[in-house]
Amino acid sequence: MWCRQARGSVPRRLAAGGGRALAGPSQGAVSGELLRHLEHLALVDFRDREGVERLRGAIRFADRLREVNTDGVEPMDSVLEDRCLYLREDDVTEGNCTKELLNNAREKVEEYFVAPPGILCCPECDLQLVSHNSLFSVR
Amino acid sequence: MLRASLRQVSAALKEGQVTPTELCQRCLSLIKSTKLLNAYITVAEETALKQAEESEKRYRRGQPLGILDGIPIAVKDNFNTAGIETTCASNMLKGYIPPYNATVVQKLQDQGAVLLGKTNLDEFAMGSGSTDGVFGPVRNPWSYSRQYKEKSVPKSDSEREEFKWVITGGSSGGSAAAVSSFTCFAALGSDTGGSTRNPAAHCGVVGLKPTYGLISRHGLIPLVNSMDVPGILTRCVDDAAVVLGSLAGHDPKDSTTIQDVFQPFELPSLPDVSKLCIGIPKEYNAPGLSSEILSVWSKAADLFKNAGAKVIEVSLPHTRYSIVCYHVLCTAEVASNMARFDGLEYGHRSDVNKSTESMYAATRREGFNDVVRGRILSGNYFLLKQNYENYFVKAQKVRRLIANDFVKVFGSGVDILLTPTTLKDAVPYMEFIKEDNRTRSTQDDILTQAANMAGLPAINVPTALSERGLPVGLQFIGRSFQEKQLLTVAKWFEKQVKFPMIQLEEVKGA
Repeated sequence: MWCRQARGSVPRRLAAGGGRALAGPSQGAVSGELLRHLEHLALVDFRDREGVERLRGAIRFADRLREVNTDGVEPMDSVLEDRCLYLREDDVTEGNCTKELLNNAREKVEEYFVAPPGILCCPECDLQLVSHNSLFSVR
Repeated sequence: MLRASLRQVSAALKEGQVTPTELCQRCLSLIKSTKLLNAYITVAEETALKQAEESEKRYRRGQPLGILDGIPIAVKDNFNTAGIETTCASNMLKGYIPPYNATVVQKLQDQGAVLLGKTNLDEFAMGSGSTDGVFGPVRNPWSYSRQYKEKSVPKSDSEREEFKWVITGGSSGGSAAAVSSFTCFAALGSDTGGSTRNPAAHCGVVGLKPTYGLISRHGLIPLVNSMDVPGILTRCVDDAAVVLGSLAGHDPKDSTTIQDVFQPFELPSLPDVSKLCIGIPKEYNAPGLSSEILSVWSKAADLFKNAGAKVIEVSLPHTRYSIVCYHVLCTAEVASNMARFDGLEYGHRSDVNKSTESMYAATRREGFNDVVRGRILSGNYFLLKQNYENYFVKAQKVRRLIANDFVKVFGSGVDILLTPTTLKDAVPYMEFIKEDNRTRSTQDDILTQAANMAGLPAINVPTALSERGLPVGLQFIGRSFQEKQLLTVAKWFEKQVKFPMIQLEEVKGA
C-alpha cells in the first residue's frame, strides 16, 4: 500500500483542553415551570426523565460557547451576507392546485382543512374558550 | 458493467453496448439481492423502467439528452419527488406523496436520468450513523466485502456474523451504500454537518459538499436553512463533476442560490498540483483521531510535497467550538423548521381531537422520534427570550469567527486544505448504538462541520483501507465557489492513491 510509512507531515495532537465552561451559574436552571413552558412552545413533550436529562446535557454543552471572546463581533446570519439575493417580482405565476394540496391532508371538508374545535385547553382560566369547528381554507 | 463509472457507462449507452432498460433492470435486480443493506426505503421500479424506456427511445433516435440520459441514480429520502413517497425516514411523513419535485430531482429528470428509488437516512437527517430512521439502520456494504472479512477474527459462533456488520455513517448512509454497492451510478445526499462526506468516507466513495448557494435547496426538506446543501455521491471524482455540472446554478425558486452564471467544467486529464499551496490545519489532529488515519493524512501531505506543491501547517483556532456552535444553531433552526409538522395539511395526524393544540402535540409526539424531539426542545430553549442573546446570538458570533478563520487562511495564500474526514473507520453497529445520537454526532461531525459553518465546498476522497479492511477517506476543503480547483486537486489525489475496488461478496445474514 502506498501509505506504509508516516513521516510526521501532520501536526502533533493538541491538548484536549477547553472542556470546562466558565464559572458562574448556567443560564437558566431547568425548573419545572420552564419545562412546561418549553413543552407548550414546542408542542412536544419530554416524556420522561431521560428527555429532561438530555436537555440539561444540551445546555451544559452549549455553555462552552462562553469561553469564546466575541467582543465586537457581529452575529452572522448567512454566509451569503455580502451578496444581494434574488427577489422575484410579486406576480402570481402558478397556483390553482387545490386538489393536489388537499390530497395529502387526512381530514378535509370540500376545500377546507379541518382542525379540532378550539385552540387552547385552559382549565385554570375562568374564561371558557368556546368556539365552533375551526376551518382553515386553501387558496 | 455496474462497476463502471458514470462516464464509462454513459459512453456505453451512446455506443449501444447496453440499453437503458437493460441497465435499469440490472440495477433493480442488484437492489433486490442486496436488500439486507437496507439502503433503499422506496424502490420506484415501475417509474424507473418507464423512464428507462423513454431514454431508450431517445438513444435509438440518436437524440440523447446528455451524458446523464439513461443513467440510474438514487435520491436521499428527504428530497421531494412528485408521485413517489417521501418520508425522511420518519413516521411523521410516512405515506406522504409530494405534489412536486425538488429542483435537483427535476434537473436530473430533465437530463434523462433514471430514478431508481429513495434512499435511507437518519430521521430527518439528524444523526451520523444512518441508524436512527424508522425503517431501520443501513448496513455498510463493506461489511460484506472480502477485504473486511479477511481481516476479521475467525468466528466460532455463526451468530457473530450479524453482530459484526458496520455502519455506513450518516446521515446520507443509504445513498452512500447504494453507490458503494453498485446499485446506482450516482446518488444525492444532503450535507448539513458532514452528512454526505461522513458516509462517503465510511463507504469508500466520493462525497462532494458544494458551496452553500451553488445548488438549489428547493424541495430539500430543510434541517438548517443556513447550512444545508444537496450533496453528491459517486464512485470517482470525474463523475461528481458531471453531476455537479447538471445541478449547479441559480434557481428562482430558491433565493439563497447565487445569481452568477455557473459554467459546467471538465477536469483536466492530467491535473497538476505543483503550483498549489496545501494547508494542513493543526486543530484537525483532534482528540480521538486514530493513529491509522493520522498516518494516512501524513502520507497524503507527503504526496503533495513530492509533487512540488507547497505544504504548510495552518491554524483554524476556533475549530473546536464549531461543534458547540453547530449544536446551538442547528437545534434552533430545527425547532423552527419542524414547526410545520402539525398533521393538518400533510403527514401523520393523531386521532386525538380534543383541541387544535392537543392534536398538534399528540401528532408530533407520535410522529417524531426522540432525537428530533430532543433537538426541538433544546432549540426552543436556546430561542427563549431570556436565552436568545447568550446562546443563539452568541453562536452566530462564534460562527463569524469560524468563518473568518478560513478567510484568513485562504487569504494568506493557501489554495486547498487537507484534513481527515472521520476520526476512525466505520464501527460495528452494536458498538455504535451504545452511545446516544447527540454524543455520536458531536464526535463524528467534528472534522466536517466547520465547512458547513463557513459555507465552503469540501469533498471526501477514498484514500486507503484501514487495518480492519474498511475504507478511510481524506477531506479537501476549498474556497467558496472554487469547485473546479477543489475537484482538480481531488482528482489528482484520487489518481495517486488508487483506492481499491470493493470485492463485494454475497450480502446475506448469518
